[in-house]
Amino acid sequence: MSEQHHHVKLPEGSIEKTTTTLNMGPTHPATHGVFQNILELDGERIVSAEQTVGYIHRAFEKIAERRPLYQITPLTDRLNYCSSPINNMGWHLTCEKLLGVKTPKRVDYLRVIIMELARISDHLICNSIVGVDAGAYTGFLYVMQYRELIYEIYEEICGSRLTTNIGRIGGFERNFNNTAFTKLEKFLKEYPGVLKEFENLFMRNRIFMERTMGTGAISAERALNYGFTGPNLRATGVDYDVRVHQPYSSYEDFKFIIPVGSTGDNYDKWLVREQEMWESLSIIKQAYQKVQEFKGAEAEVYHADVPAYYLPEKKDVYTKMEALIWHFKIVMGEAEMPKGEVYHAVEGGNGELGFYLISDGGRAPFRLHFRRPCFIYYQAYPEITKDSMLSDAVITMSSMNLIAGEMDA
Amino acid sequence: MPLTNEIIEQKLVEHFGDQLTDFEVPYGLLSFVAPKDLNLKVMQFLYDDPELKFRFLTDLTAVHYPDKKGAELAVVYHLHNLVDNIRLRFKVFTDIAQPDVFTATSLYSAANWMERESYDFFGVNFVGHPNLKRILNVDEMDYFPMRKEYPLEDQTRIDKDDEMFGRGGSIGI
Repeated sequence: MSEQHHHVKLPEGSIEKTTTTLNMGPTHPATHGVFQNILELDGERIVSAEQTVGYIHRAFEKIAERRPLYQITPLTDRLNYCSSPINNMGWHLTCEKLLGVKTPKRVDYLRVIIMELARISDHLICNSIVGVDAGAYTGFLYVMQYRELIYEIYEEICGSRLTTNIGRIGGFERNFNNTAFTKLEKFLKEYPGVLKEFENLFMRNRIFMERTMGTGAISAERALNYGFTGPNLRATGVDYDVRVHQPYSSYEDFKFIIPVGSTGDNYDKWLVREQEMWESLSIIKQAYQKVQEFKGAEAEVYHADVPAYYLPEKKDVYTKMEALIWHFKIVMGEAEMPKGEVYHAVEGGNGELGFYLISDGGRAPFRLHFRRPCFIYYQAYPEITKDSMLSDAVITMSSMNLIAGEMDA
Repeated sequence: MPLTNEIIEQKLVEHFGDQLTDFEVPYGLLSFVAPKDLNLKVMQFLYDDPELKFRFLTDLTAVHYPDKKGAELAVVYHLHNLVDNIRLRFKVFTDIAQPDVFTATSLYSAANWMERESYDFFGVNFVGHPNLKRILNVDEMDYFPMRKEYPLEDQTRIDKDDEMFGRGGSIGI
């Protein structure tokens, strides 16, 4: 036994060390995803933190350099998978910008409905997970049934739930059926009550407030310097929202406010997300009303007329020569792609989700870069957790809404 | 008067003369090319100028152009003026044999990981970066995978006996 002691080599100075090193992650219940935090602790107080990311890097940007446009949509699903329809539509909007496709109003409104549903499901997860990490599991379990309802609506439209691959360049793959609208109506009717109840669980809950107020705070100036966007930036008091500043999909036709906080702490982040869900609900209502106002042939429009990029209907592919040719060309990636450089951003669940696409006229992008909001703002984690308690750092992590898929691309 | 692409271009040309080239406005976004030694000066000028106020680094990434001899690697900056709500993009080109570009981390904390990512995938050496090491790939990797000389696997290859993926073996393509 005593011989073994000779083989143990402790790092230089480790005996005199007064701090503890703690690995949180790569697999840890509190990280909600695969990434690592190496924390240096003095008792329970955090002295410094160092993050390691990249455990689920899947080389999307490299893979995209060989794929035709439609084959890239499923890659975007897997960025922030809590709100994949926003990623899908962000990508389709980028392609439309490159190709110069103009979408009909009805398509825009349908897209807005889906994107706002996705935003609700994204914020719902984030806010309820913050609750779980503060010790309140009930809210999380309760709201899941409404995320389920949102997924059922996606299912009616595109056939899948989590990684949706929804829509096409120019619109949707099919018109929304009656079941989709019935489910949407059910959601609009029941969700406000549920959200209110969810809010009552947390908003003025003494324990929740004490756990979240004053922790994970960042000033507006530092947040901007760190490239924060989305709810995390708005919680510091900056009213930057891509939907308002560079409207896409006719967001300018809707009336909504950008909720902002003041301190940027975890409580403000939670409140901003909560209020954004109410705003999203109001946008969905407005959009649904606008959709219902279309009459006659206009009420059947669900895609733009772009035969070179919009996959034709399957029954036409089987019966019409032209549709078959377009189908073949699109699937094989033989459709013409203009040369150009495009940057297009949408307001994702976590903030500005940007697509930087360089096309050299080939069948696949020459270069595609995703601006992933949570990769950028996660850098600030050591700064905002310094000197806080370990248990607060856990809540800070979940209230930043770090999605490993988006971070690692 | 609202800030427009023309005013920005004019101010940049006034300050930097003919050192900035290739002014274009593709899809409404002002873009230009700067010499790589000037990247920080351009960013600082855009940041400090009381009218321009480009104080938000939206995105920083790299691109590999194997055909541009002597300027194979580009670093692309997307900046945003949040007050007047206007964006711009500029590129700096560098020789792949000596891909040294000044770091933007002193101006933007956000540049830290974005530059690490660009180093990780393209091998751009950001001079002055506080912690320039790989971020998404493993530390042991000894090449820069997003460079064009590393092609993806040929999808039509048949020499791979990998029945689980439906290629080769007894299943065929």
